[in-house]
Amino acid sequence: MLELGIVELKNLITNKKTTCEALTKAYIEEIKKSKTNAVIEVFSDAIDLAREMDKKIAAGFSGKLAGVPIIIKDNILYKGHVASAGSRFLADYVAEYSSTVTNKLLDAGAVIIGRANMDEFAMGSSTETSFYGPTLNPLDTTRVPGGSSGGSAASVAENLCAASLGTDTGGSIRQPASYCGLVGIKPTYGRISRYGIIAFASSLDQVGPLTKTVEDNALLLEVLSGYDQHDETSSHEKVDNYTAYLNKPIKGLKIGVINSVEAMVKGEQTEQAYNKFKNFLVDSGAEIVPVDINNMELVLPVYYIIAPAEATSNLARFDGVKYTRRSPRAKNIEEIFTMSRGEGFGSEVKRRIMLGNYVLSSGYFDAYYNKARALQYQLRQEFLSAFKKCDVLVTPVARGEAFKLGEKANPVDAYKEDVFTVSANITGLPAISVPFDNGKNGLPIGMQIIAPHFSEGLVYTVADYVEKHKNLKN
Amino acid sequence: MQYDVVIGLEVHAELKTNTKCFCACKNQAGSEPNTNCCPVCVGLPGALPILNKFAVEQTIRAGLALGFDINRTAIFERKNYFYPDLAKAYQISQLVKPICVHGSLRVGDKVIPIHRIHLEEDAGKLVHGADGNTLIDYNRGGVPLIELVTEALQEPHIESAEEAIAFLEKLRQIYIYAGVSDCLIEKGQMRADVNVSLKPKGSSTYGTKVEMKNIMGFKSVYRAIKYEIERQRDILDDGGVIEQETRKWDDDKGENFTLRTKENSQDYRYFPDPDLLAVEISDAEVERIKKSMPILPDELKARYMNEFGLSEYDADVLLQFKHVSDFFNECVAEYNQPKNVCNWLTTEIMARIKTETGAGPILISKQNLLWLIKNVDDKKINRLNAKEVLSKVWGTNLNSEAVAKQNNWIIDIDNGALDGIVKKVVDSNPNVVAQFKAEADPKILNYLVGQVMKEVRGKASAADVMAKIKELLG
Repeated sequence: MLELGIVELKNLITNKKTTCEALTKAYIEEIKKSKTNAVIEVFSDAIDLAREMDKKIAAGFSGKLAGVPIIIKDNILYKGHVASAGSRFLADYVAEYSSTVTNKLLDAGAVIIGRANMDEFAMGSSTETSFYGPTLNPLDTTRVPGGSSGGSAASVAENLCAASLGTDTGGSIRQPASYCGLVGIKPTYGRISRYGIIAFASSLDQVGPLTKTVEDNALLLEVLSGYDQHDETSSHEKVDNYTAYLNKPIKGLKIGVINSVEAMVKGEQTEQAYNKFKNFLVDSGAEIVPVDINNMELVLPVYYIIAPAEATSNLARFDGVKYTRRSPRAKNIEEIFTMSRGEGFGSEVKRRIMLGNYVLSSGYFDAYYNKARALQYQLRQEFLSAFKKCDVLVTPVARGEAFKLGEKANPVDAYKEDVFTVSANITGLPAISVPFDNGKNGLPIGMQIIAPHFSEGLVYTVADYVEKHKNLKN
Repeated sequence: MQYDVVIGLEVHAELKTNTKCFCACKNQAGSEPNTNCCPVCVGLPGALPILNKFAVEQTIRAGLALGFDINRTAIFERKNYFYPDLAKAYQISQLVKPICVHGSLRVGDKVIPIHRIHLEEDAGKLVHGADGNTLIDYNRGGVPLIELVTEALQEPHIESAEEAIAFLEKLRQIYIYAGVSDCLIEKGQMRADVNVSLKPKGSSTYGTKVEMKNIMGFKSVYRAIKYEIERQRDILDDGGVIEQETRKWDDDKGENFTLRTKENSQDYRYFPDPDLLAVEISDAEVERIKKSMPILPDELKARYMNEFGLSEYDADVLLQFKHVSDFFNECVAEYNQPKNVCNWLTTEIMARIKTETGAGPILISKQNLLWLIKNVDDKKINRLNAKEVLSKVWGTNLNSEAVAKQNNWIIDIDNGALDGIVKKVVDSNPNVVAQFKAEADPKILNYLVGQVMKEVRGKASAADVMAKIKELLG
């Protein structure tokens, strides 16, 4: 039963084949047995809330997620529960309010059973930078589950919950989804409120669901999306009925492939899967349209300037003065700042804070930050022009299968992991990772589908088609 | 050597709004510490700012009052620095695109050019306890603040401490009349940073600027400028060089000392705040605010002098406090004798409300005061008795007319009866009459007036009585 997704579990609950309480208890048992370190904490009130939910369901409540146990990433605030963003600095921080997405989950009837491990402050691609230690990939425990939403992905892949929430700043939902064989979407920037999400890079961060099926993903996105008066950058654009976009053909669809990506993927583990994917699309009646995106090779530098710049400022509030851990050695205000931050942040976070300060500092601002912003604007225009020639774009999600723990200890190697995913964050476009193939180690490989702004429906149409037909045609 | 003095001002004023700049907390001074606070203004993780549109409107209003151009697109930026009263470790401010650009203020014969006014948030307050501990009150954190900066390189400049104070007084008056700020200096609602430089008389090259920050109160600003001019003059006269630095004014010692030199100046690493949208200001909105602008002191002064025939001195006295001129305007609207109303306000009322730091409320109703003014003008009550009535009514809910009646001060002697009494008094004082005829000094007649007033128990107009006596004596 625990291997089921949202839709199936909801049916079981509705048809009284099981209860939310039974399900929650079973998941918690699994979490206790788990050796992957996917879940940092099981919330102590989960079973009580599950019991209450059963009463509500018995009384006629039928929210979209009624009774479904879900795990959230450790950077999503849930009032009264610890949210630490995988950092020592916030290890004891109890949220004083709930994020908008948390409230939306609860309103829809979900039971939030725990918080998932992550790279510290979402900075990483392997979940190895977490204060709580690395999460192991449940499909091969010598390998990483990806990151930064590695705990969220591993917990779904290991059947520790029905679905989970992650956040994606440069690929942090899609790459773990690819590594763990899941469906993970980074919606259009502004589709989901960021209120109550511990910010990494505000102009790039989006919350998104990690699920076992495309249908689950569409259903969850419907629940999470919408304008929020607490977030100016959330969009007033109407929320689609995403599940209505499933079970459609892709015949005649124009699918763009980016010429420079073809070059980048050469020699990578995912090259074969990507080529197979294009053939699969053609076999399915879609038309492959090659498009040019100028300066595509600059997405990584652009991303690694803008994201650290914003992160530097976003993380400055963690200063040992208010709610963050204060260094016991500090004797004056200067030491409260420097020692608390020195002890509180891990090395990857410190590296990015320094990077961010460097690119923002006077004398370097124009050369780095302003240039990156200009390129960001240009890349956005390039993608928008590409969508005049095609309906969606496809790329691999990652360079390969899940890599071994410790394999990408060199930060630049780790940063290169994001090469296919960051463009969607830089341009604000919606992008999904959908499982397509397995690599030579038998581990899953996902393909990325990118669509115009607010065209999540179209993303789901293609992803759903891939999910349902890949084995028939492979 | 002779020097030209160049003074630049940066003036902060707290805006008058119901709520803070980026959250719904009350903008209210004097509340219990940390009661006007929420996740946004104490900088909790995940909290996002939402711009208070009225704060923008107030900034535009301040700009229009000083003849500024209003930018149609304005941007908020983050000014990053660590300080315990700054909850997010950055202040939301404006650098590249402020709301108002290029205004001016007339001080005496000079029109001082002003560079910009931008909108930003205030910081909290540190409260140093007797036990050596420091506490933080975040009530003021996030209160909307406008910062005005005078033109550094455009003449005419402010050239003396006297001019600087005149500028500040005038600016304060305009802000108060425009309704953008209460500018209560003692509550820190208006604060000034000053920079001073000296150059050889007539030189077109500017000298090195020395800045003094956060000087409390105009008197201190005056003393600080005087001191700094002298300090720089001494150094230059001795052949020395002025260092570019920030100095702190010590009001008790009456001197300043180095706070920061150029080498260790702060790098604020400004960049656009990704949590906030660009502010779009339409022509229609600017027009609407223009139409809603209250009448400003210069315009009122012209009206008082040209339409009402008041002296410049009287006009200035009335305009010194907005509630006095408001009261004056209301009284004149009802009783069109501006000079008479002005006399009462500038003498009797001012004497009662003036305090060391400003002016208290007017504790008599418009109706009660107007009754006195009208009835003195109509000779229904004598001026001295009217002043007595004012004293009795002031600060109570008594009624002027009732008090006058109770004390039997209403003049009810008819003309014929008064003529009789005048004749009787003149007839019974032949010596006085003889002296008047000999010396032709009207002051001599005051004795006779006094006698008549005694006879009628003050229920006559002294001027009337004098006229009747003169008439009788030919």
